[in-house]
Amino acid sequence: MSETSLTSGQTRTPLALRFPSVLVFLAMLALFTLGVTILSEGFGIGVISTSFVKTLGKTLCLCLVALAMDLVWGYCGILSLGHMAFFGLGGYAIGMWLMYERTRLIVVDSLAASELPPTAQEISDGIATQIFGVVGASEFPPVWAFAHSLPIQLAFVVLIPGLLAFVFGWLAFRSRVTGVYLSILTQAMTLALSLYLFQNDSGLRGNNGLSGLQNLPGLDAVPQATVSLWFFWGSAFALGAGYLLCAWIVSGKFGSVIRAIRDDEARVRFLGYPVEAFKLFIFTLTAVIAGIAGALYYPQAGIINPTEIAPIASIYLAVWVAIGGRGRLYGAVIGAAFVSLLSTWFTGGQAPDINLGFYTIQWVNWWTVLLGLSFVAVTLFAPKGIGGLVDIIADRTSPNRHGADLGPDPGALREKEADK
Amino acid sequence: MSTLLEVSGVSVSFDGFKAINNLSFQIGAQELRAVIGPNGAGKTTFMDIITSKTRPDEGRISYGDKGLSLLSMSESRIAQAGIGRKFQRPTVFEDQSVADNLMMALRKARGPLRVLMFRPTPADHDRIAELAGEIGLSGMLHRKSGELSHGQKQWLEIGMLLAQEPRLLLVDEPAAGMTPAEREHTTDILREAARTRAVVVVEHDMEFVRRLGCKVTVLHEGSVLAEGSIDHVTKNEKVIDVYLGR
Amino acid sequence: MLNFLRLLTFVFALAVPASAQQADAPIQKVLQEHGDIISKSSRRTIGPAIDALADSGLPAAREVLNRWQAKQMWRNEETGLFVFAEEVDRDTLRLFDVADGTEIGTAPDDGYDQLKPNSGIRGMIGAALVRFQLTDPDPAMRLQALETIARDAEAAHLQTLRRAIEAEQDPEIAAAMDRLERLLTIQFAEDDAERITAIESFAGDLGVDVRATLNPLVRTRLETADAAPDTDDVARVLSPGSDALPREDAYDLLVSADLAKPRISREDKRAALVANLENGAVAGVQVATLDTETARDMAYAALARQGKVEPVATEAEIDATLDKFVFFERYIAAPPAVAMAAASALKSIENKVAVNQGLDLGLDALSLASIYFLAAIGLAITFGVMRVINMAHGEFIMMGAYTGYVVQQIVPDYTLSIIIALPLAFVVTFGAGVAMERLVIRWLYHRPLETLLATFGISIALQQIAKNIFGTQARPLTSPDWLDGSLILNDIVSISYIRIAIFVLALLFLGLILLVMNRTRLGLEVRAVTQNPRMAASMGINPDRINMLTFGFGSGIAGIAGVAIGLYAKVTSEMGADYIVQSFMTVVVGGVGNIWGTLLGATLVGTLQKGIEFLNPSNTLAAQTYMILFIILFIQFRPRGIIALKGRAAEA
Repeated sequence: MSETSLTSGQTRTPLALRFPSVLVFLAMLALFTLGVTILSEGFGIGVISTSFVKTLGKTLCLCLVALAMDLVWGYCGILSLGHMAFFGLGGYAIGMWLMYERTRLIVVDSLAASELPPTAQEISDGIATQIFGVVGASEFPPVWAFAHSLPIQLAFVVLIPGLLAFVFGWLAFRSRVTGVYLSILTQAMTLALSLYLFQNDSGLRGNNGLSGLQNLPGLDAVPQATVSLWFFWGSAFALGAGYLLCAWIVSGKFGSVIRAIRDDEARVRFLGYPVEAFKLFIFTLTAVIAGIAGALYYPQAGIINPTEIAPIASIYLAVWVAIGGRGRLYGAVIGAAFVSLLSTWFTGGQAPDINLGFYTIQWVNWWTVLLGLSFVAVTLFAPKGIGGLVDIIADRTSPNRHGADLGPDPGALREKEADK
Repeated sequence: MSTLLEVSGVSVSFDGFKAINNLSFQIGAQELRAVIGPNGAGKTTFMDIITSKTRPDEGRISYGDKGLSLLSMSESRIAQAGIGRKFQRPTVFEDQSVADNLMMALRKARGPLRVLMFRPTPADHDRIAELAGEIGLSGMLHRKSGELSHGQKQWLEIGMLLAQEPRLLLVDEPAAGMTPAEREHTTDILREAARTRAVVVVEHDMEFVRRLGCKVTVLHEGSVLAEGSIDHVTKNEKVIDVYLGR
Repeated sequence: MLNFLRLLTFVFALAVPASAQQADAPIQKVLQEHGDIISKSSRRTIGPAIDALADSGLPAAREVLNRWQAKQMWRNEETGLFVFAEEVDRDTLRLFDVADGTEIGTAPDDGYDQLKPNSGIRGMIGAALVRFQLTDPDPAMRLQALETIARDAEAAHLQTLRRAIEAEQDPEIAAAMDRLERLLTIQFAEDDAERITAIESFAGDLGVDVRATLNPLVRTRLETADAAPDTDDVARVLSPGSDALPREDAYDLLVSADLAKPRISREDKRAALVANLENGAVAGVQVATLDTETARDMAYAALARQGKVEPVATEAEIDATLDKFVFFERYIAAPPAVAMAAASALKSIENKVAVNQGLDLGLDALSLASIYFLAAIGLAITFGVMRVINMAHGEFIMMGAYTGYVVQQIVPDYTLSIIIALPLAFVVTFGAGVAMERLVIRWLYHRPLETLLATFGISIALQQIAKNIFGTQARPLTSPDWLDGSLILNDIVSISYIRIAIFVLALLFLGLILLVMNRTRLGLEVRAVTQNPRMAASMGINPDRINMLTFGFGSGIAGIAGVAIGLYAKVTSEMGADYIVQSFMTVVVGGVGNIWGTLLGATLVGTLQKGIEFLNPSNTLAAQTYMILFIILFIQFRPRGIIALKGRAAEA
């Protein structure tokens, strides 16, 4: 994606033609979706199990959030350790409606058999007891005020992560917190959020989280094989649309500016660009994308709890993008798909254990070690990640962008000190 | 000649060290000015203060016809108000093509949404081609700027400055690392630029300053030591003391 | 055979006749004087007898009272003389003289009546006995008597105690007696003025016993009336619907006083409606329409009109009724003046308790701050001095803690094992730090984000390796015996020795690091390399070596911190991750590159966390959440921390 050619005479050429990789990606995604549909149990010949369709659908969502991460980190240079928190918030927002509505149907069903028709209060109490019994509460916390309304909760999927990112980003960028400071600050935000959600009185069922999300309210008759495909299609569509959006953003002058911010923020400021506004825009936009990805992911996973929001999840997200190759959109997608599927394979116990004679390496236990170390190796030896292979195949080289310091150069400082 | 920038009584100190001490400075709307001074005289800090990179402890800076105070403005607002700056070391965006670098610098709306919706017009491409010709990078528009030589990067940066169409140009050691021929070209460009705007050049090289043929301000220990033509200041006893360390 | 034995016993008993008893011993005389009331054993009349015994001044009196209380005193039916006796078997008694306890012989129990004082009388005897203990020559005995009284205070003790105080010589015991006397006065004195004086004497006393004594006095009862009574025993007036008096409770009080119609709960109303269901309707109202509370109310009212259910108050009626009454609490356990004095004394005690709790909180905060300081100081060196982000720092803390654990498995002596573990942990983590610097970090200088990521990878791997080796359950790191227990300043303020030790350790480290950085060649070289590596290199300093040593040093300190933290908390593979964010916060808040800043940062973060925990004690998770939020806001206002470098140096 990096070889933008703004000065090509035909400025009205469609995006996809200017960037063949977008076209290739969309075609591959479409083929993949078609293939999975044909092979699935729901609509096809049943070679792929429903649970694997769900895994693939979830992987597509992870690819989408990785795309967001790549935009914010790979292109704009903000190593956010909070995007999985936005992802989780999107999941919570949709999960609240799914859980509320399904419980409501169950409660109404059970109350219908009683002698008197239930009052609204009785239904509400019944739902609250069902949902919050595990945390010893029987009343709806204020955050559930709109849980009955699908449109509002859908709006929350984008509004809550977006708003949180906007407020946090505004505070952080405004005070010129950058680089590792910003990373640590985002990590702190994520930690605070997950600790908050772990409390029983957070109103979101503490560490129990929300569960039963795979069941769509009112669609009990539809088999999971079909539902899983619906979500798979939805995820594929979202990924495709997200890819197009990201490609469009990074292709033009905006992309130029954010990459410039990544490489030399102060210089961009001296060009007259309000750097903070650009960062805030990207940070908020990617948080919204992450929220949407989460809202598609968790109904396929079936359960969401605060562990999913813990900082380590966001770190893994950064790992995926780094392994896939940051600064190129397809790199993020490759990384997320490759590492998360490999991770499922290893931790699912499918990988063969290695017997060393004196010790047996069980991948369930050692996979994380391997992942951590290979991450170090990628950082050290292959900063471009898997995506770098494309460059090697295409025989493209680019200069090291960590070239010059911004003046006044650090030498000036020493002159000053020498004068003292 | 109307005054474009007026700096009065500005001081700044770092941990007790007075980098700028009660400095006052004026420049007209179409004027070329060279600022010289030994190491640590505060030349770069002076530029930092004008561009709001460093906040002064006291003093006033007023800019333009309306007498805007630059002290309360952010770097990007100051740049938008028409103050362009070239740094000591060439800082171009090495990962991007020469054309992209110039495109970013072109005087256009700077807000994120406007930038997002921006699509270059043929006129913009023409302007970039023109600028590239001016800085001798016509054939390299699609090369990554990281692949350019040191001197070419200096040129590119000057080109970016010109693309911004600033009213006040701050240039920090433009000729460092250039061949004599390139220096001459640089002098021409700066003199040309000063016809329509104010240009402040910080330079060590006396020959270069002499060739600019403009008023010179000598800084020493954070304040103005002398001001006048190059011949005038080089005859000044104090300046000789400072430079030769007698 | 059995009969023979019995006969023999009988004969033997006769052979040692009761006449051996000293019928004219002074104590026997006193007993005889009150013989009838003693035999009668009535609580109302027994007083003079006990007093006479206690006041007789006879050495035997104490033993008599003891035996009497223990139901070991019998009276000869014939002679009326009192004896001590033990039951040999069901029918036979072994008798002893009341005067000096000498054995008299055995006798069949037919001729003797056992004195069976009831619990009331036993209590009175006990009170009389306490006097003997209170005047016992053995101070330990006297103190024990005081304890007995304090544990089981009775009105009768008050007089006894007052008498004992006059005779008491030992000032310490006298003070204890005086304190107890005042406590008893509060509880049992007849005169209100006396009680109030005693109560006021305890203002600000932190003793738990004082609060235990005062609290019952301020007990109140909720009452209701048309208007608030003008008497001074009203503690406070409550309004229904407040936290102190929920609306339902207030109304139920009226109902129980027959001042209002009963109310009915939603569930009961529903049950009543269901019970009166007839052909799909209740009192003529179709069931299908009963899906709101209003409809159900109307149906119930209809039922009530038909006389099928009791009429009940509607919500509106409840409100109207509640408006007509006032609710107030009345002191019931003590006269108003006493109760109010007690309330104000309790208030002053509460204030003092709050102050002391503040002090205790301060100590807690200090010890938490020292833990954060220990956890963060290594980081401050690597992050602050070298600008290297080490996300695996927490895992070095964990490695140190596990080193301590392993050492304790090998060396069973806890003191010795800690002494070995501290330097060993330093060595282990120093080695790990140097290895990490050589293998990974030095390739990534000037690429801080990459360093962050690579060390994340190492952190993930180390954590999992620890999990694979040591399992997921927490491992104990036991502190030596001499670190057990705590330093107790008063009933509220205390601090455990382990926390003091950690505090001392933190101070030691602060001193050590300041010394190393400012007074040694290594520190000089470190500072030189930090400021200008190229210049330092040209002066013969090897920056590679310095970077390696600095990183090792920072990591080694993390190892020692790990042992300290392991002693204080449990050792788990995730313990490092628990501290890493707080440690970074500490460094960032304090100001990067400054040891004093780290100290201030740790103090701020520790105090803040304890302070928030105090405001919301049930929830440490919330405390951490709010603390992090506070720090995020703090960084808004001081992006470079408390101690900030100014000017260009800050940007280098």
